[in-house]
Amino acid sequence: MESKIKFDLITPISYPGEGSAGATGSWRVFKPIIDREKCRKCLLCWLYCPEAAIRVSEENYPEIIYEYCKGCGICANECPVKAISMVEE
Amino acid sequence: MRLVLTGNYAAAYAAKAAKVEVVSAYPITPQTQVVEKLSEFIERGEMNARYIRVESEHSAMAACIGAAMAGARVFTATSAHGLIYMSEMLWWAAGARLPIVMGVITRAMAPPWSIWSDHCDLLSLRDIGWIIYFCENAQEVFDTIIQAYKVAENEEVLLPAMVGWDAFQTSHTAEPVDVLSPDEVSKYLPPRRPLPYVIDFERPFTHGSLCYPDRYMEFRYLMDLSMSKAKKAIVEADEEYGDLFGRKYGGVLEKYLCEDAEIAVVTMGVLSGDARYAVDILRKEGYKVGLVRLRVVRPFPSSELKKELKSKKLVCVIDRNISIGRGGILGTEIKALLKNSSANVVNVVAGIGGRDVSYEDIVNIVKRSLDLVEKGEVPEYMWYGIDKEYVVKAVGEYYEPPAL
Ligand code: SF4
Ligand code: SF4
Repeated sequence: MESKIKFDLITPISYPGEGSAGATGSWRVFKPIIDREKCRKCLLCWLYCPEAAIRVSEENYPEIIYEYCKGCGICANECPVKAISMVEE
Repeated sequence: MRLVLTGNYAAAYAAKAAKVEVVSAYPITPQTQVVEKLSEFIERGEMNARYIRVESEHSAMAACIGAAMAGARVFTATSAHGLIYMSEMLWWAAGARLPIVMGVITRAMAPPWSIWSDHCDLLSLRDIGWIIYFCENAQEVFDTIIQAYKVAENEEVLLPAMVGWDAFQTSHTAEPVDVLSPDEVSKYLPPRRPLPYVIDFERPFTHGSLCYPDRYMEFRYLMDLSMSKAKKAIVEADEEYGDLFGRKYGGVLEKYLCEDAEIAVVTMGVLSGDARYAVDILRKEGYKVGLVRLRVVRPFPSSELKKELKSKKLVCVIDRNISIGRGGILGTEIKALLKNSSANVVNVVAGIGGRDVSYEDIVNIVKRSLDLVEKGEVPEYMWYGIDKEYVVKAVGEYYEPPAL
C-alpha cells in the first residue's frame, strides 16, 4: 500500500548535486596549478580535496574544476611531489 | 516458556525474541547483564545478530544509528553516566527518525557516586524526541521492549524508544517471566520495513546537513506531530499484544481501584508494587484510594491523566526524581494539567539515590498529604524521608520547601 507520508521529507535528507552551495570558486585567493610534468597521477589530491573540485581526466591526470575550487591549498599540501603550486589570483 | 529471569535478562530475551539484528553497547552497572546475555546469545549462534563492540556509549549510539540507517533492527541499553555521555547521539537518532529501542536501567547520577535507582538520568532526556516507557517488573520489561519496536517502527511514528526500569529492584531481581519465542513474536512484529529510509549505494544521500531557519522548524514540528500519533500507536500495540499473548498494561496508564477513588496515588516504576499494596491497606482502613501508574512519559498521557485525576480530592504524585529548584518532574507536569480543576496535587519527592520506599512509607505519605490538603497547607513540593539532623549539622537549619 502506497503511504501518504514522504519519508525523505520528514527528516533532513539531501541528495548530492553539483555546486549546491553556489560557485564557490569566487571565494579563492590562491589558485592551485598542477604541473603535469611533475605529476605522477597518484590522485591523492583528488582524494583529499574537501570540495570534490578535482576530476580525473581521460589520461588519469587530476584536473581542477575552478568554478568550485575555493583555493584551500589542501591538494598542494598533500601532493607528494609538490606538483601543485598555489598562485595568487 | 516460563523462566526465572531478572529484569535485565528479560530484556535480553526480548531483544532476541524481537529478532534484533545489531546490538551495540558499552557495559555499565546496573545494565551489564543485559549486554552480557545478548553477547552470549550471539556468540552461541542463538541469535542471528552482530554485536558491535565500542569504546563508549557515545560510539554505541553512533553505531546503532549507522546500523539502523543500513536497515537493521537495533537494540542497546545503558544507565546513568553512560546515558548522559550518549546524549548528543540521542538527538541525532531522534532527528534521523530511526526506530532504535534502548533499555535504560535508571541509576542515580554522581556525585556522590551511586549505583542505585532514581529516575533523574532518564527524565533529564525527556524533551529530545524519544518515546519513553517505564516498566514495573521483569515481565513488563520483556513485553514492553517488543511493543516498543512495534510502535517505533510504525510509519506514522518513526521515533526511537527508551524503555526504563529501576536499578537492582527490577534489573537484578529474578521473577518468573513468560518468555515468547522469536516465532511467536513474529506474528506480532513483522521484519522491519526500510523506513524512513535505508542507505542505498546506488542513490547516495547525506543525512542531517545544514538546514536554514526557513525550514528547520518544520522538522521539529513533524517530530512533535509523530509523537502525538505515538500515543494511539502505543495503546493499539498494547491491545494487539494482549489479544495475541494474553498480557496488556492499559496502554499509557495502568489504573488500580481508581473508579470510586477520591484519592489517587501516581507512581512510575518499581515503587508501584508497594503503592498497590499501600492502596490495599488504606482501603481496609476506609480511605477511598486508587493507584495510577504511568507507563509512558513521552508522549505524555495528558488527556488520559486529566480525565482520571481532575475530580479527585487528592492527587499524590510520588516522584523518584528531583528537578533541582523545581520539584518532582511528573508532579510538575501533573500540576500544570490539573491547574483549573478542583484536585489538590501533593508532589512528594522520594526514593532518590535508591533510598527504600516501603509500602508503610506510601501509607504515611498519603495520610500526610491528606492532612496538608485538609489544613489547606499544600506545599509546592516536599521531600520525603530526609534525615533532618544531617541537614542541620551541614547547614545549621532545616526548612520545608515553601508552601504555595
Ligand atoms: S597529488 Fe600530485 S602527483 Fe598525485 S595526482 Fe595530484 S598532482 Fe599528481
Ligand atoms: S585548493 Fe582546495 S578546493 Fe581547490 S582543488 Fe585544491 S583541495 Fe580542492
